[in-house]
Order: sequence, then C-alpha cells, then structure tokens
Amino acid sequence: MPERELITGNEAAAEGAIAGGCRNFFGYPITPQNRIPEYMSEHLPEIGGVYIQAESEVAAINMVYGAAATGAWAMTTSSSPGISLMQEGLSYMIGSELPGVVVNMVRGGPGLGNIAPAQSDYWLATRGAGHGDGRCLTFAPFSIQEVYDLTGEAFPISQKYRNPVMILADAVLASMREPCQLHERRDPPKEKPPWAVGRGAESRERNIVNSLWIDPQVLEEVNWRIEHRYQQAAEDETRWTEHGADEPQILVCAYGISARICQTAVERATEAGISARLIRPISLFPFPSQVIRDWAERTRKVLVVELSMGQFVEDVRLAIEGACAVEFMGRTGGAVMTPAEVAERIIAMA
Amino acid sequence: MRQEVFMAGIGGQGVQLAGQILAEAALEAGLELSWFPLYSPEVRGGPTTCTLVIADGPVGSPVVGGDADMILMDRAAVAMHLPGLRPGGLVVINSSLAGTDFERDDVKIVAVPANEIAAELGSERAVNMILLGAFVGATGVVARRFIERALHKVLPERYHEYIPLNMAALQRGAELVAEQPLRGD
Repeated sequence: MPERELITGNEAAAEGAIAGGCRNFFGYPITPQNRIPEYMSEHLPEIGGVYIQAESEVAAINMVYGAAATGAWAMTTSSSPGISLMQEGLSYMIGSELPGVVVNMVRGGPGLGNIAPAQSDYWLATRGAGHGDGRCLTFAPFSIQEVYDLTGEAFPISQKYRNPVMILADAVLASMREPCQLHERRDPPKEKPPWAVGRGAESRERNIVNSLWIDPQVLEEVNWRIEHRYQQAAEDETRWTEHGADEPQILVCAYGISARICQTAVERATEAGISARLIRPISLFPFPSQVIRDWAERTRKVLVVELSMGQFVEDVRLAIEGACAVEFMGRTGGAVMTPAEVAERIIAMA
Repeated sequence: MRQEVFMAGIGGQGVQLAGQILAEAALEAGLELSWFPLYSPEVRGGPTTCTLVIADGPVGSPVVGGDADMILMDRAAVAMHLPGLRPGGLVVINSSLAGTDFERDDVKIVAVPANEIAAELGSERAVNMILLGAFVGATGVVARRFIERALHKVLPERYHEYIPLNMAALQRGAELVAEQPLRGD
C-alpha cells in the first residue's frame, strides 16, 4: 500500500480525476481552484493526456462537450462565477446525453463575490445546469480523501448515466491539506461507447450527437430517457453518512465542509448532555430524502447548517414534507460558523 | 488526543512552512490532521495564518474558532488574535517583534525572543522553527524526530544542508519553554 500523502483538495481533485480515468482537461483559471489546472498541466501530458487552457469557461465546457462526444473521458474545473458561465454548455451536454465531470470549488457570491469558502452554489449545482429539463448528478465531498475518491468515481458514473456529474466542494476543501490514500491510476476503457462519434464510423451506422429535437414527441421521449436515468441514479447512487446518537433529541443535516463543523458540534453537544445525530448527504442530486424524513419523524427537531442564506435547507424541507419544523443556521459571503456556535444552537433547541 | 493550533504572522516569516512542517510531522507520527492556510495576495509583508488540527482519531471540524492554541509571530498578529484566545489557552509569542507586555493574565504565554535567538544561530530565517520548537516543547504534540523527518520531506534537497540549523533552532525554542515557567500556570 503506498503511503498517505498530505495534499490539498485541489490536488486531490486533479489526481483523483487522473486515477479515475480522466485523460482530457479543459479549463480557465479562477481562484481558489487554480492548483487543479496547474496540476493537470504538469501530469496529463506525461501520460499521453490532453491539457488545454481554454480562452474562457464557455470554451472550456464546450471542449468537454466535444471530447465527450468522441467517447473521451473529459473534465473541466472552476469556481462559482466560472460555473455560471458553463451553464449553457452543461444544458447542451445533458440534452445530447453526454458524460463529463465538472468540479466546482465554491467561493462567496453573488457576482464576483470573494475567494472565501461558501456553499451558495447548491441551487446552481442541483437545480442549474442551464435551461430545460435536466440536472447534474451532484456529489459533495467533506474531506480531502473524499474529494479524491469521488472525483475519480465521477467518471464511470457520468459514463453510466450519460450525464454530467458535478463535484461540489468549497474554498476550504480546495486549499486545505489532509492525508490522502492514493491508488494506482486506472486507464479509461479502450473501447469507445456505441454512441460516440469519430473514427470507426466506416463499419457501423453513423452516430449523431445532438440536442435539437424539433418534434415535441421526440423531445419528450428524449427527456423521459434522461429522467429514467435520474430515477435509476436515485436507486443506485444515493449516498449519505450518519453519525451520532441512536436516540437523538436533535437531527442535524449538513453536507460538505459544514458537515465537518457539525461533526465536532454534535460531539460537543453530547458532552453537554444533549444527544444529536448528523445526517450528511454525499449525493445532493439524487438526494437522500427518505433517511432524512425517517429520522425527522422520530426526532421532530431538525437543524440544517450550511454556508449560504438557505439553499440546501429547501431540499431537507422537501424531504420532510412538513412533518416537523426545520430550523436553519447559515453563514454567507465567505464567513464560516464554528463548532462552538453550532453546538450552542443544538443545545438551545433541545 | 486533539491539538488545535493557529499560527499567524507576516508573509515571509515562514508561518506556512512551520504549519506544513508540523503537519508532515504529525503524518509521520501516524496521526490524523487537517491544515488550512489563509493568506493575503502579497508574497511578503501581508498577514498570513494557518490552522492545524492534529488528532489520534477523526479530525472533525478543521474550523476551530477561538479553541486553538496559538503561535503569534509579530505585533499585528498579537493585537488581532490574542484577545480571541480561550481562557487557559496556550500562546507562543515572538517577543522580539511583539514585546512582552500583554493584556491577558488568564492564558499561558510563552514569550520567545525569536529574532535575537535566530541572529545568534546565524540565520534570521530560523524564527519560525524557534517558535515551533517552543510550541512543541510546551505541548509535546509530536516528538522532535518526526519533525526532523518532516524537514527532509518538506524542504527541497538543496536546502537539506540547513536541516541541522533548523533542528538547533527547534531545540533552542523547546529549551526556552523548559527554562521559563509558563505565565498563567
């Protein structure tokens, strides 16, 4: 077993992608994720991969579209304002049923905002992906190890569902270092998927990659095909972790870096005699609604903690369907709550 | 075991390098950790901080608020961060730049004239290692042999000739803690 290495989340995303089979990177610089393209520019050429610094984020996502259409395993990475610019391209990828991986190291917004950590792109990630009836499958790591593992896994998942996958992290996870267990780099499959365009068309029916369907009946069929994949993903890819008391007084819901803060907060509350349980969604779309509803019905007291004015909390409320009240605790604009503050809130709710 | 440490100073003093060395040393010691750097865009002269959490189990929150012990390397860092140190907390202060007159008597203060000691050792760049030595001496968070291993890993090969100097600096810092009773103890 190779040694664990102390790496940043940016490096974990980059190396995780390579280890997962990514051989094509297209991107445009933006803080706090510049270490990802830098790492890719160092390491992809040495293994025969492609690294291109695009002229803009719009170009980068469309390069991913083009590469993906040929069956290549491709990705782009950016941070909030850059991901906004990629929305159109993502919509076209979904409509064209193309895989691809996008990492978003979220920073404070709206607008140019700042370069501090935020989780205010929850809607952008889980509801966005541009116009039309499509969404990105979205996964939210909470440690450097998970950034590495999930970014790698995102490639086969996006291929399986023929849909873009977004890794939603933040500026803390981007620049924080933690020990990370690396594994060998896997090559992408040699055989191209049957829908890919490019070489080999002489011996088969031609393939067309396209998102323009004038006939409403045809487009409705396409959209149902995409929807059925989301339903399949809900069965097979819904992920979460649970942590804390088996008979909790308070249910805490948080994802990503907020869940790390809540882990310690739950321990503090326990020390103060208040039992709590933390549910941490790893997949944000598909969302682990059932487990949150089940625990909410038992505790009747739910606290949602996130680094935004209240986005993820809406999915928790939808999951609970009014079965009990949901309290919200958020910081925004790059500010971060401390474990002590969250513990205080948990204790006050009990 | 859980040790939280917040380091602050000005760019160029080696705050981030000290953080990285302590982080690698903890990794060498088989511990879990998170290390979070935060600095302004200036290469030198701007405020710079990092937060480390070292634990023998899951780290939990990498964000620590006022719970961490501190290493404060200059006067501005002391002015900004010392008021936030929790009562009973430990702080190592570079008294060469921050003086010895502090408005807290409810915390454990280790005042280290790190710039003077560094000058005696023959390298003003050893300031961060002297302060780190004092912190490690006061907390025992990692054994010094792990820091030596970390130096081999973190420093580029061409600087390995300075490892003995760095270890001497670390030693001097640790000795100072042994010599001076902790204020507030």
